Amino acid sequence: MQLPDPAFLLIQCLNGLTLAMFLFLIASGLSLIFGILRVLNFAHGSLYMLGAYLTYYFVSHFINSPGQFWWAIIFASLSVAIIGGIIERFFLSWLYVREELNQLLFTYALVLIISDFARIVWGTEQLSVSRPALLKGAVLILDQYFPEYNIFVILLGPSIALLFWLILYRTRWGRIIRAAALDREMLGSLGVNVNWLFTVVFTIGAWLAGLGGALVSPIAAIVPGMDVEIIIDAFIVVVIGGLGSFWGTLLGALILGQVVSFGILVLPRFSMVFIYILMAVVLILRPWGLLGKPMQR
Amino acid sequence: MSKENWFLVILILLLAFLPLSESRFYIFLGTDILIMGLFAVSLNLLLGYTGLVSFGQAAYFGIGAYTCALLMKKASVAFPIAFGAAAVFGAIAAMVIGFFCIQLTKIYFAMLTLAFSQIVWAIAFKWNSLTGGDTGLIGVNFPEHLDSPTRFFYFTLVVVALSFYLLRKLVNSPFGRILTTIRENPERTEFIGINVKLFQLIAFMISGFFAAIAGALFGIFNHSIFPDFIFWPQSAEVLIMTLLGGIYNFFGPFVGAAILLYLRMQVTSFTQYWPLILGTILALLLFFFPGGIVGFLKSRRVFTRGNK
Repeated sequence: MQLPDPAFLLIQCLNGLTLAMFLFLIASGLSLIFGILRVLNFAHGSLYMLGAYLTYYFVSHFINSPGQFWWAIIFASLSVAIIGGIIERFFLSWLYVREELNQLLFTYALVLIISDFARIVWGTEQLSVSRPALLKGAVLILDQYFPEYNIFVILLGPSIALLFWLILYRTRWGRIIRAAALDREMLGSLGVNVNWLFTVVFTIGAWLAGLGGALVSPIAAIVPGMDVEIIIDAFIVVVIGGLGSFWGTLLGALILGQVVSFGILVLPRFSMVFIYILMAVVLILRPWGLLGKPMQR
Repeated sequence: MSKENWFLVILILLLAFLPLSESRFYIFLGTDILIMGLFAVSLNLLLGYTGLVSFGQAAYFGIGAYTCALLMKKASVAFPIAFGAAAVFGAIAAMVIGFFCIQLTKIYFAMLTLAFSQIVWAIAFKWNSLTGGDTGLIGVNFPEHLDSPTRFFYFTLVVVALSFYLLRKLVNSPFGRILTTIRENPERTEFIGINVKLFQLIAFMISGFFAAIAGALFGIFNHSIFPDFIFWPQSAEVLIMTLLGGIYNFFGPFVGAAILLYLRMQVTSFTQYWPLILGTILALLLFFFPGGIVGFLKSRRVFTRGNK
């Protein structure tokens, strides 16, 4: 077998990295929410989709102002965060006393509602957002062109990971959030308002999903159905890395990104089967994921 | 005769006269409800009776549909054999998949059933030469002697009624009682000397067996099979049907399927936004009727009686 061109392999690897950063953004929110609230949020993909659609909406609104794309990203992700906060505060919080299945199904109800909402507002056509003027070009890497925007995403991902790590492990707020994952009753009796903490955590998780959707809008088609596809990928990421594990999510996203981008080269037809098999194998051998800890309860 | 057996008898009698209405619409709807009702009841053997939240039940439904149709179309196997093979194949697939799934509990169990159903989905989606891939398997005809909607309706009625009879016998047998015990407390069930995993696996297989029967019927009823039958929202939809009806009642899931399909038929005739309405119904249900419709009716009756 002829060895493939190294430049081509490098580009493929960078494509995998770009994908991994989006997966990390959405999956870290999913994992955070699961770790603290113990709710597996099926609607996380829908929040991601809303982020993309709202970016389209804001970009077309700020059409004449400078830096329209950046404003749109900020507004879109913040709107999604607010929507997430409202969902948790006014709806989801009533269901914590019930069985897990009820919370799961409520988030599924949100999937249905949000997908049709997007369909009503934006139609079923494929929408797109153009890349920001600042990052329109491409750089030459070993004779191959690679878009500047993707490089921006690859650099942004680790920065957000680092920021989150700092918040989680080096601040008082982070300590409270980690404590909530361990024992919420104890935290409540120590005088922390756990209800509000849950809202804040859900809002942050939603913001991450919205940001992921906003950032993906220039390089992916904005279409109905992107919600149910990405959510399964996000599940795979958190399952591989470990539900509720921060570094695990990053590792899971990196693995999945590379498997997707190289799996297509090896077995174009069945690359999709690969990733589900990967998920199943991890669940069978280490249900708590590569970097997670076995759950006590 | 118990109340629920009466329900079954009345249901069969009512449905047996349905074709007299000579309305294609009702025959169509009736067949659809019977098939999806069986699918939902088969899921409830796991959900309501054994306490296992399976999020990948569409896999066995799809395996049943594809097996039956492919054997008939590509291998020209006679319908009864293809139909039986579909059910057996569904049970075998459930045995293999279930073997791994039952090692896990709760959310991990649900995730693994989801992973396996997605594997089945991806195979059906990508194996173009066998399943037709994205375009689906089109032109699945009625088998011989069942070649009209009315005849197929009666066939479905007989199959589904028989399945219900068997499943009811099963859940009321000592075997079924053990499943309920496992649902209530797996650890203590283990303590009294019952092999919990084995019973869970058998329940998983039986559930897969009947889901595959429902799938085989549906493939023929629909005249075509698409990978979407196995995609995860399908698993979620049957969960909703089951929950809507109520999981602590044998016929609850069937009632849920009937209500949902009837509503969908009505709603889709004037708006394309059925998911929006389904989502709203589901949310209302979760907030106000956590026991499902049948559970709600039952609790109300108990309440009024208590007041007398």
